Amino acid sequence: MKFLRDALDKVKPHFEKGGKWEKFYYIYEAHETLLFAPNHTTKAKGAQIRDAIDMKRMMMTVIIAMIPCLLFGIYNTGYQHFIAIGQPDAALMDMIWIGVQQVIPIVVVSYAVGLGVEFTFSVIRRHPINEGFLVTGMLIPLVMPPDVPLWQVALAVIFAVIIAKEAFGGTGMNVLNVALTARAFLYFAYPSDISGDVWTYIGEGSQAVAGFSGATPLSIAGDAVSNGQNVVASLNAFGGSWADGIYSFNNLIIGLYPGSIGATSVIMSLIGAVILIATGVGSWKIITSVFAGTWIMAFIFNLIGANEFMLMPAHYHLVIGGLAFGAVFMATDPVTAAQTETGKWIYGLLIGMLTVLIRVFNPAYPEGIMLAILLMNVFAPLIDHYIVIANKKRRLSRATV
Amino acid sequence: MSKFIKLSKGFDINLAGKAQNKIAEASQPETFAYKPTSFHGIRRPKLTVKEGDNVKAGTPILFDKKNENIKHVAPVSGEVVEIRRGDKRKLLEIVILADKEVEYESFNKHSVSDIANLSREDVVANLLKSGTWPNITQRPYGVIADPEEQPKAIFISAFDSHPLAPDYNILYKGEDNYFQAGLDVIKKLTTGHVHLNVSTDHEVPQMFAHAKNVELNKVSGKHPAGNVGIQIHHIDPINKGDIVWTLNPYGVIQIGKLFLEGKYDASKVVALAGSEVKEPQYYRTYTGASIKKMVENNISGDNVRYVAGNVLTGEKITSDGHIGYFDNLVSVIPEGDEYELLGWIKPTTKKLSFQRAFGLLSFLNPKKEYVVDTNTKGEPRAFVQTGVFEKVLPMDMYPTYLLKAILAEDFDDMEALGIYEIIEEDLALCEFVDVSKHDVQAIVREGLDLMQYS
Repeated sequence: MKFLRDALDKVKPHFEKGGKWEKFYYIYEAHETLLFAPNHTTKAKGAQIRDAIDMKRMMMTVIIAMIPCLLFGIYNTGYQHFIAIGQPDAALMDMIWIGVQQVIPIVVVSYAVGLGVEFTFSVIRRHPINEGFLVTGMLIPLVMPPDVPLWQVALAVIFAVIIAKEAFGGTGMNVLNVALTARAFLYFAYPSDISGDVWTYIGEGSQAVAGFSGATPLSIAGDAVSNGQNVVASLNAFGGSWADGIYSFNNLIIGLYPGSIGATSVIMSLIGAVILIATGVGSWKIITSVFAGTWIMAFIFNLIGANEFMLMPAHYHLVIGGLAFGAVFMATDPVTAAQTETGKWIYGLLIGMLTVLIRVFNPAYPEGIMLAILLMNVFAPLIDHYIVIANKKRRLSRATV
Repeated sequence: MSKFIKLSKGFDINLAGKAQNKIAEASQPETFAYKPTSFHGIRRPKLTVKEGDNVKAGTPILFDKKNENIKHVAPVSGEVVEIRRGDKRKLLEIVILADKEVEYESFNKHSVSDIANLSREDVVANLLKSGTWPNITQRPYGVIADPEEQPKAIFISAFDSHPLAPDYNILYKGEDNYFQAGLDVIKKLTTGHVHLNVSTDHEVPQMFAHAKNVELNKVSGKHPAGNVGIQIHHIDPINKGDIVWTLNPYGVIQIGKLFLEGKYDASKVVALAGSEVKEPQYYRTYTGASIKKMVENNISGDNVRYVAGNVLTGEKITSDGHIGYFDNLVSVIPEGDEYELLGWIKPTTKKLSFQRAFGLLSFLNPKKEYVVDTNTKGEPRAFVQTGVFEKVLPMDMYPTYLLKAILAEDFDDMEALGIYEIIEEDLALCEFVDVSKHDVQAIVREGLDLMQYS
């Protein structure tokens, strides 16, 4: 690998101060440090040794945790396509191939556009390129509908990176979760393209089977408020003519149903959760408390039971929509979550409770977890503020005893 | 009231190359240096010697114009050969070429029973003129104690939990009488308690276990359990306006010797340790010793870093550099100025990490001794990860918020978040584990300076 090092060293002077491409130093640096861990050493005074972890490794761990969701999403996109066109017996490879064709371009656009924005900002602002986008760039495709137009993906990424992140000073300074901002942007800017029957990729030249409906479990549950039908019965009856049992409780856990590319499977999200918790990169407190908050709120609604949605069994809330994915990958973003350990419990609980609240009371926004996390992103600093004030008060009261 | 403190947070950095339990019979270094940089709070140093002057052990060589009573004295007798200065003529080292046989200035000698009758004024005066006073550190700020102040308590940590820390059983062997005499002396400095904090996880040297005239507290836990700042937080925390003093056992022994023998004795045992040392062991020498003779022909690597002190809080020195006033350890570790192909993601069992992110497997083998080089293993970033600093700081405190308050120069917040309770060493582990590679200790000192001087 010496030739690689030599090649890098050869062009390096051009990027350093006084070189002809001085402006692009941080772009060079990003590539260099991706290939080679830098040769920086600790300063003369202070800690002479440092922990082997760095930001790149930490972010990479999150990406690794998302891989099960991505692979499953690719397969599921193809699977849903063939079910919808009435060929549930299509070959596995065909399903995967359709999924690859549909999903990979979204991933590529997300990374290419996002990194383009990052590079541009690093040149203008003269700051190193942060690894945060490696995660964001993967999260965004996973919360997109499989049939989303690529230009919308690009637009959403640009909006999210500039407005939600760079405007605040880059990774580590942002208030809102960048990936969710991208999703919310599409949600409000192109409502017709991200609601209704967009969750299954049919494709041009194909015809959906008779009786096909793209309704999601959340929209079925939302409809129950007005039509007064039992939610579980509706879910179980759904798709009887073309995909029997697609919304059965078991299948909702497995995730072979229409939805965001990577967010349908509870099992895959939980695999991700295990990776994040085992590596200590994701906070188990947040993940657990989001699930707990959801269940508690849903259980309270069960007791109230004012309408059919409220009466939906509490455990259904844990498996429908993107709750598991949101709890594991979105709520745990360390920058936008609460930063104190006690705060993390409160933050997670409130996300869970708000999710159910939004789902049940505001059927216009069926995907409650997205808005709940964004809302709690805004309130996380306030939660921390009171935890820190409590610490300050303990210190003061100690002095007067 | 003696206390038992059990700490669950922290991290023991287990490095290869611990010093063997023996003291080498080696010839003494040629030069010794007095380093004002060992202390904080010397604001206007004035030399009382110049190059070419002859000094004895205990001859004043330096004082601070802001506090002229505190004398800094030569550790050994000999000739001042160099006054070494750095940027802006900052005084770095006063180098003394040592005599073959150390000659001592003579100070008042006391018997054990005399000490009991001494007044506080006598004690303070004797400590100040003899050069033993700088052993006393004041909290908050970690500066040399102000003799005008009355501390509410005095704390002595009787063990060192830093990486490669020397064993106090060896360092202070046979000094029991001096230690007790020193305790009796410093007891006069405070109306409160003198706290002596021993570890329950290691064998406690007899001189500590049998010490009289003190509160004996027991501390159990991983590093930084041995840091006196952590112990103070759990025993009798520093509130706004409080002043406490701290000493290490070496300082107590030196004070004891001053009163019993009437001389300033800077002899000490120093450990030479680290993965790059062929024969890690202890050396009997004096404060400020040059490490040249210890490391000559005793180093296995050719690209190494010499650290005066431990690898968490120490300072890089050259192969002929000198140790500082408080140092009882010289660590030698590999210099890490090399590129590593895909070093940021390769799974490894060789790199030590407190964390467990993908591919960092050292947590599987906590008993293993690691060779850790000086590479930063990553580049500086904004604060991203949360909750990790709290895992290595056994205090009721929010270090990230405190660091941000310091960076924002928010005085009220710094105070409220507990800056009075810490000095650099207490947050050294935070600096080690930080994924964003902040210079945490430098930030802490910045904050302490802001609080003290503005």
